Amino acid sequence: MKKDIRKTQPRIRTIGEINLPEPEKYILDNGIPVYLIDAGTQELVRIELIFDAGSYYQSKALQAYLTNKCLSEGTESYSSKTIAETIDFYGAYLKSSNEKDTANISLYTLNKHLDKLLPVLHEVSLIPTFPEEEIRTIVRKQHQEYLVNMEKVSFIARQQFSSLLFGEGHPYGKIAMADDYGKVNSTVLRQFFKERYQSAQFTIIISGKVPGDIIERLNRYFGKHVVKKKSDLTSAPIPKPATDLNQFIKKDGTLQSALRLGKTMFNKLHPDYTKFKVLNTVLGGYFGSRLMTNIREDKGYTYGIGSGIASFKHAGMFFIASEVGTEVTKKAIDEVFIEIERLRTTLVPREELELVKNYMTGQFLRRADGPFALAELVRAILPYKLDMNYYKHYIRTIKNITAEEICNLAVNYLQPDSMIRLVVGEDVPVHQ
Amino acid sequence: MIKFEKFTLINGLRVIVHKDVSTPIVAMNILYDVGARDEDPEKTGFAHLFEHLMFGGSENIPKYDVPLERAGGENNAFTSNDVTNYYLTLPKQNLETAFWLESDRMNQLAFSEKSLEVQRNVVSEEFRQTHLNQPYGDVWLLMRPLAYQVHPYSWPTIGKKIEHITDATMDDVKAFYKKNYNPNNAILVVAGDIELTDIKKLAEKWFGPIENQGEKNRQIPVEPIQTESRFLEVEGDVPVDAIYKCWHMCSRNDEAYHATDLLSDLLGNGKSSRLYYELITNRKLFSEIQAFIMGSMDKGLFVVSGKPANGVNLNEAEEAINVEIDKIRNLLIDEKELQKVKNKVESTLEFSEMNVLDKAMNLAFAELSGDAGNVNTEATKYQAVSSKRILETAAEVLRPENCSTLFYKAKNK
Repeated sequence: MKKDIRKTQPRIRTIGEINLPEPEKYILDNGIPVYLIDAGTQELVRIELIFDAGSYYQSKALQAYLTNKCLSEGTESYSSKTIAETIDFYGAYLKSSNEKDTANISLYTLNKHLDKLLPVLHEVSLIPTFPEEEIRTIVRKQHQEYLVNMEKVSFIARQQFSSLLFGEGHPYGKIAMADDYGKVNSTVLRQFFKERYQSAQFTIIISGKVPGDIIERLNRYFGKHVVKKKSDLTSAPIPKPATDLNQFIKKDGTLQSALRLGKTMFNKLHPDYTKFKVLNTVLGGYFGSRLMTNIREDKGYTYGIGSGIASFKHAGMFFIASEVGTEVTKKAIDEVFIEIERLRTTLVPREELELVKNYMTGQFLRRADGPFALAELVRAILPYKLDMNYYKHYIRTIKNITAEEICNLAVNYLQPDSMIRLVVGEDVPVHQ
Repeated sequence: MIKFEKFTLINGLRVIVHKDVSTPIVAMNILYDVGARDEDPEKTGFAHLFEHLMFGGSENIPKYDVPLERAGGENNAFTSNDVTNYYLTLPKQNLETAFWLESDRMNQLAFSEKSLEVQRNVVSEEFRQTHLNQPYGDVWLLMRPLAYQVHPYSWPTIGKKIEHITDATMDDVKAFYKKNYNPNNAILVVAGDIELTDIKKLAEKWFGPIENQGEKNRQIPVEPIQTESRFLEVEGDVPVDAIYKCWHMCSRNDEAYHATDLLSDLLGNGKSSRLYYELITNRKLFSEIQAFIMGSMDKGLFVVSGKPANGVNLNEAEEAINVEIDKIRNLLIDEKELQKVKNKVESTLEFSEMNVLDKAMNLAFAELSGDAGNVNTEATKYQAVSSKRILETAAEVLRPENCSTLFYKAKNK
């Protein structure tokens, strides 16, 4: 072999059209929609139930989170112990997760045990009892975890940041304090369950090698009760971001500062959303991004830095996040703004933009790989009433975006004086 | 069941190929048989620092990540006490870029001074972020030297102290590369919608010309049998007390491994496990507790760790753990309980074969343990464990004199 074949990268081919399988849609007898993704190589499935029961809807701190967390602590027919033992005995996983807008409960199981587990999934999601003693145990446990988390600068920063962006009174900005744990009991959880789960409209996504008669089986457990449609709150309150852009929270004895910079943003429904994602990728959305290249790979100030845009049903947020050595905190912030300024004043070079486009389309191919990944794609667009065409448009937008458009977006949305900067650490950095 | 083909290049590189037509993504995993256990006790954390340097440019490629991202790919790597593992995924039509990238950095690293200087800082920040600036982050910096007195498992992958990272020199880097980053010290796995004949051609073309540097002579000191229980108590800036107990156990390749793994599941994996149910749900003495094993290539550790509930002191907490340990060492478990943990293992294995990257990694680690075919016999080995075997394993491993205990106390309490 001649040595010089190593000099140039083998020819690459860009990804053409991506074939996304459309999920099959069914409606159970009581109107509950089911999205079905039959794909994959293993004899297993995931069944996910998605409720409009995120923290957005709670009237007390922790109410949404702990209701979701405690669904499997006891039901009309099963004790907490029986539920845990049944799930473990059949090698299954029951996972609950709670976000700003939605609360989910998912069952992962081998197909051969599905019949044994559907009754459990049914009970935990529709007829849980929230027994007092079990709830107390979980709340104590969560409280301890909270105390441990409050020792982490990154946790404090993440928590406080949404409050600074949306305002303490906003449903997306409310945060839990230590004493909130003492105010939660069964009654508080039952009340939330009644409002947001019981007889509420929810969505099922099933993915994996789905058995042929699954809709019949789902109907038996989830299609019989009466669903009273709940109209969602039509409009969200206006965010009230902090007026002082520079925010500092002192945390003694820390070796690194956690940084959060950002602002409220539009969500997935905005025409600029996908384009902004390209801008975000250039800035801090992948390993080779400008923030990583400058602040980690050139300066060595941090183990990692990144940026992102989060989309919620009623709003969005843009953020930059990192943990940096205490003594270089100010320098790191300065470099962030240098990179932002560069995006606002100089066109992204052709080669870099091509790379980002290829990276993002490759990334999308990974995000669509396998049944669970496809289920995630479906889940991500449900709150916005979008369909899979959204993703075709997403890929087309990435392929067609120009350097001029990216520069305009940076000028319009990344004004330095629109961004809140939060530092959690030992020393207040001196701002310019 | 993961079907695969295996061949070895003349230079000693082992290549494993798994075909999966269900995905447009190809995974490449390359495992180097070098980890923190191969380090000089005075220069720890080096294998991991070196992993960072592998991204700092090779002879013909100034930045590893750029061409991969241009090809729509993504990668990462991790270092453990045993191995350094690099992996990537990319669209299948661009697979050759992966061969080009991985073979160039195996063939000749660039040894950039700038990269070394920057990565010393980056890894120092990683040390702070993960081990010093986290509550309980230094546990393994304390626990490992308590449990291991001579074996290099006595330090964590990140290293004993930051100074070992900041003192690393270019001469160290070059020597480490020459000794460890050789085709005969690596396992390459490719998984995806690919043909064996194509992979053979690509492997020959890109990796074939790389020279074999000869067998490395690995001499790792053997940890003597522990004959007395050990104890350490520290105070830290944490809000809640914590307890850690470690017992020496067999190596990953030992025939007792599967029974030991199931034993840890029985004790402390999940809400229905003994420690969780008895000590959290029932007796309310703990807020968090788990048992797990370190399935390492040399003799590993069996770990129980937990945080006592508010108002429970560490002595009471330890006593409660000991009660459960005594039970499992003296009483035969019932068949149903054993079946439960076996079912969980069966299911976990099935879920771990869902994507090409996981399968590629499974194959690489199985090959390191002696035979890639082990991926397909694991399930049977777990199913064959009897309750009598569990009892014997518990009696053997969980002896008080085989145990090291750490009390991690909250300051100002």
